[in-house]
Amino acid sequence: MKHLYTWSAILAIVVASVVGDILLARAMKQVGDVHALWRRSGLWTVIGRTLANPNFFFGVAAMAVGFFSLLFALSWGDVSLVAPAAASLTFIGNAFAAKIFLHEKVDRRRWIAALLVAGGVALLAG
Amino acid sequence: MTFRKYLVLAGVTVFAAAGDSMLAHGMKQTGSVSVHHLQSLVLAVLNPWVAVGILLLLAFFASYMNALSWADLTYVLPATSLGYVLLALTARFVLHEQVSPLRWLGIALISGGVGFVAGSPALTAHPHHDLVDDAEPEPATISASSEAGSYQGVAAAGPARSSD
Repeated sequence: MKHLYTWSAILAIVVASVVGDILLARAMKQVGDVHALWRRSGLWTVIGRTLANPNFFFGVAAMAVGFFSLLFALSWGDVSLVAPAAASLTFIGNAFAAKIFLHEKVDRRRWIAALLVAGGVALLAG
Repeated sequence: MTFRKYLVLAGVTVFAAAGDSMLAHGMKQTGSVSVHHLQSLVLAVLNPWVAVGILLLLAFFASYMNALSWADLTYVLPATSLGYVLLALTARFVLHEQVSPLRWLGIALISGGVGFVAGSPALTAHPHHDLVDDAEPEPATISASSEAGSYQGVAAAGPARSSD
């Protein structure tokens, strides 16, 4: 039963994190380069435009779901299983999702990077 | 890539690693959280380790948003994954924990992954990025990017994607 809880929490963390990352990445692309915007219109414009973006709002909500799932999972499960398993699967999920939903050019170089990092993170659990 | 952008990526890396480890430490002190006693989650925030961990994660969030405004998600994530290496090295040299050969292999894999994206372009050249960079974003641009299929045609026509 404890394993079922732990893996359900890991799945919840992964799904929520991927949804959150995709929405936040889309929101910040819509806001535009923060450095340029800051220099041109000031910090408050950057903050205002970011907070007014609906994608940012839903992205933060998804991240909050992921964060509380993480808190749950950390208190039940072994940190050395939960943290790397969730992070590793999130890397793979994000690479797929960024290609599909954000139309990022995930070339061979980035696939290899995502797989190496996901594998490395999983091994750190060992 | 300017020095300031590398600094932002370093901020994402360090704040995430420090925040996560403080949070984990605090939650171990707090003990198990039950579904039937959700209020214990609120009490967990009162633990100083958890509180500082949350502050550090807020700093991580600000630098992460900053990075995502000028770089692809699939660039930022591998580039900032050195945080895991940082955590393992802290465990070995500060906390004097044993780091197994498998973990060293994991560290090597992550470092290799970071090396793979380090020299590559940070941003996919989408036509709409130039427009978003203007002082006032065009409403048409935003609605175009929020509908999945609408600029797929433009992207597929771009010469940069034909190899993928």
